[in-house]
Order: sequence, then structure tokens, then C-alpha cells
Amino acid sequence: MQPRPQSHSAALGPGCTGPSLANPTPLAFDQQRQVAQAPSCGAEAFAVDPAALANGQPRKHTTYPYVTGTSVLGITYKDGVLLASDTLGAYGSTKRYKSFDRLRKVNESCIVGAGGELSDFQYIMRLLEELSDDDFCMDDGHTLKPAEVHSYLCRVLYNRRNKMDPLWNSLVVGGFHAGKPFLGTVGMQGTNYTDAHVATGFGNHLARPLMREHHRPDMSEDEATALLHQCLKVCYYRDKNSINKFTIAKVSAEGVTISEPFALETEWRYKLFENPAANAAGAW
Amino acid sequence: MFRNQYDQDNTTWSPQGRIFQIEYAMEAVKQGSAAVGLKSHEYAVLATLKRAPSELSSYQRKVFKIDDHMGIAISGLTADGRILCRYMRNECLNHRYVYESPMPLGRLVRQVADKAQMGTHYSHKRPYGVGLIVAGVDESGPHVFYNCPSGNYYDYKAFAMGARSQAAKTYMERQFETFADASLDDLVKHALQALQASLADGELTDKNCSVAVVGKGMPFTLLEDESLAPYIAAVKEEEPAVAEAAPAQGEAAMEAEGGAAAGEGEQQQGDGGDGDAGGQAPMEQ
Repeated sequence: MQPRPQSHSAALGPGCTGPSLANPTPLAFDQQRQVAQAPSCGAEAFAVDPAALANGQPRKHTTYPYVTGTSVLGITYKDGVLLASDTLGAYGSTKRYKSFDRLRKVNESCIVGAGGELSDFQYIMRLLEELSDDDFCMDDGHTLKPAEVHSYLCRVLYNRRNKMDPLWNSLVVGGFHAGKPFLGTVGMQGTNYTDAHVATGFGNHLARPLMREHHRPDMSEDEATALLHQCLKVCYYRDKNSINKFTIAKVSAEGVTISEPFALETEWRYKLFENPAANAAGAW
Repeated sequence: MFRNQYDQDNTTWSPQGRIFQIEYAMEAVKQGSAAVGLKSHEYAVLATLKRAPSELSSYQRKVFKIDDHMGIAISGLTADGRILCRYMRNECLNHRYVYESPMPLGRLVRQVADKAQMGTHYSHKRPYGVGLIVAGVDESGPHVFYNCPSGNYYDYKAFAMGARSQAAKTYMERQFETFADASLDDLVKHALQALQASLADGELTDKNCSVAVVGKGMPFTLLEDESLAPYIAAVKEEEPAVAEAAPAQGEAAMEAEGGAAAGEGEQQQGDGGDGDAGGQAPMEQ
């Protein structure tokens, strides 16, 4: 008997299923399922899972993000890819969760970083973990390549956008496969592209100019780390929804390492900051 | 095998632990005409003998392209084969759409096997009556798989199925160690020679067999009619010794074809070196 898959909801629609869903559930299992329109190609019907609607709860759509992450930065260097972000889950203006890992490993050759609604990111990680688990159970030597992870996430995010129920995230996918680094990004509408350096959110405005100036594809790891530190610092100075606690994730031929959180030196002892109320009454 | 009291339906085990309906479904594969699959380090090749239901009809198609990197040969109930072909094409398309990369063969073959197994599990279903040889190339190189109506699948270096396939298997068992490093032309010739062993009577012509090749740099390509003729000619060139050794059999085959053909065949036999006793059809066309 085929086990009923959990998080890969049939409501995701076409092209958003993992390998375990490719086996059609036998009809004997699913008596109450009204198949309005079954494609003549023999595939599963693209219907919203009636079970999801059946228990009386109204179907809710994400209309607004609540706990959010800010920018994620990514650059390629000679031997791999570096991703960087802070570890903040902000609740509006409140800096509520200060140890949230926004950079996660998918498999030995791929990492994903997310900004935006963090619960949606956790759901995305669950989808990716299911795919990686399927690969592990298949035990045939094939694992998801970074480009495949990127493509899969594009399809998932675009599909959800089409249902007016987006996963409110800006994702960065970084990986190293067949001797070549891979770096791509996907937005909440499904907009996606690959590039030598990417950033999400505020990072696009604050960090990308620095990357454009200093990035070279044959950078060493130290140079790349120094560039990322510089960009992270600027993002921390200028983005109000950030904290001075960062992690950097590296993918290379040796695999994935995600660093322990660290802080950067910042300078706040400027004269005009020293007595913030000095001009409170106004200059004229 | 003989009829017995345990073969009525899909859900009855025999005391020896066999389900006869599944085994009968595997017999259906043996009713189809022969198909062979073999591979080298770089290429996988399929070759099939096509049958025509009557002289007025065209030959039944047995090789289907699933995706740029894989295809199948079927033997048995063609209708069942077409359904599985459609399923495989759909899965490959979906995989390409979601992951922008070709589907790994082993996974698709496993999915087809799981689908076939469902037909063996319920009393309201029947097993698929078709065997598939799946040939293709993915990241881990060329593969030849066999999908059985029982829901099993096997990874092969070379395989044959269908009517009189044992002769093809015997040929390949003797030769398979040379396949790994063979060139593409040699591999196709081996496939045709294996197929020839399964021929009851008549000769390999470019009309009654079809070949497909797929390789690391080569998308799945079907060779039929004109594109197959040079390979058939090459196979025949290599067998003057075999042909001369069995002229009686050759002439018996000729007479079955008709008097005029037999006459021309004998003339060409006299030429020598140009083709063997059976070379009449391609030459005439």
C-alpha cells in the first residue's frame, strides 16, 4: 500500500510533488475523492485535496508575514559558495528571536538561505528534507543537485503564487556540484535567476554594490569572507531589522559547513550619537 | 505450465507459493516478438523484430522514445505497453519541468515496477501483459533495465525477451564481455546478430526490425528503414561462412518467399562476397 504523503499536499498542484507522490494512490484507498477532471495523460488529477477543505476550517491564505528574516547574501568564490545572514526572527519592529538559523543545509552539495516569513521557510525546509530523505532511501547514488533544488523551489513558489497563497520568502540557493559553484535566488512570486553574487531584501540595495565592485570569480575563501563581513556590516548599520549576530555557510567540494554565530566590530561612538537628545527641541 | 486449480485469479496462492496469474502474464511477454537490449560504457542499444498482422498491414511498432535520454522496447500486449509508455513520458516531463534535469533511469523504472505491482495485488485488477526493456543514459552512465509484469525490475548488461529470445540470450552470453568497450557500430551489429538468432524463418531486413541507440552525447535516436539498411548490410557481410554452411536452410526460406525471389537469391549466392543467401530484400529495393 502507498503511504499517504504528509507535507507534499496535493493542493500544491502540478509540478510540486516529490518522488513519493509520483506513485498514484490506489483508488481503493480514496473512496471519497471526487476526481472532477482527470488528465488523459494518465497523471493524477490536479484537484485541491478535498480532505483539506473537508474539516470545516476555512482555507486561509498568507496575506501578511509575521515573523520575518531580513537579507541573505551569497557569493561564489574559486572553490565554492558562501552564504551569509544574521540570526534574527523579527516580529514587526521587535527583535524577538535572536537565534534563528536562516541558513540551512539541504544535502552535502547544497544550502538554502531565506528571508521573509520564517514559518514558511520552515515549511520549505520540510519539503526539501522530504526530498532528501527520499533520495537517501532510494540509495541509488543520486542526490538533489543545487540546480535541481533551485528549480524545484522556483516551481513551488510560483505555484503557490498562482493560488494567491504565497510562501512569503526570498530564498537563496547555493551549491557546489561537478566542480562548479551554483548560486541562485527565488522570490515569493517565483522570480528566479542565477548569478555570481546575489542578495535578498535590503541586501540588494546595501550589499550588491559592494559585491559588484569587489567580487571576482577566482576569489579565495579569505577574500570572499572579508567581502561578506564588509557587506554584513553595512547591512547591520543600515537595516533596522537586523542584529549583530551572523552566520556564514560554506559549500565546497568538501561539503557543507555552517559557522557558529559571530559578531562584527561596529563603531557607534560618533559625537552626534553621544547626546541623542541634544537637538530634540529642533534646530530652529 | 499446465492449468491447475490455483490459477483462477490474481489473489490465489498455490501451495508452492506461486501466483499463477502473474506467471501467465509473464507468458504473454513470450508471445510477443523478440526484443534485445545491450549496453557499452557509453551507449545503450535496443533492437526489436517487428511483426505485421497481415501482408496488407504495417509492422507493429515496438520501440518508443520516452525522453531525450531514454526509450523502451515492448513485448507482449501492445496496448498495455502504450499505457506504460504514456505514464513514463508523463513522469519524465514532470521531472524535467520541476527539476530542469533528465530523470534518473533507476527511479523511473522503480516507479513503473511499483505501478505494475499494483496490478498483481488486487482481485479487481490484472497484471500488465507487457515486458519493457528500458534503455537510457543518466549521470551514472548507460543502463538497460527490464520491467516484468510481476512488478520486478532488473538491471542488465544485456537482455532479450519475446519469442525465441533464448537464442538471442545465448548469443549475448557468449559475447557480452566484448560489449563494454565496443564501438557504437559494433554494438548495433551485436544487437542485430542477437536478434537474428531469434528469427524463426526469413531474414533481417530494414523493414522487419527497428533499432534505437542512446548515449552520453547522443539523444535517443530511432533507426528504421533507410537509416538501418547499412547496419543490416554490415551484419550480412559478416556472415558468408554461416550462410554457405547452411544453404539448405537458406533455400528453404527462399522457397517460402516465392519462386522469383529464390531465383535471384541463388544468383547472388553465386556472386559471393556481396551478401549471403538471404540478401534479396534490401538489394531489390
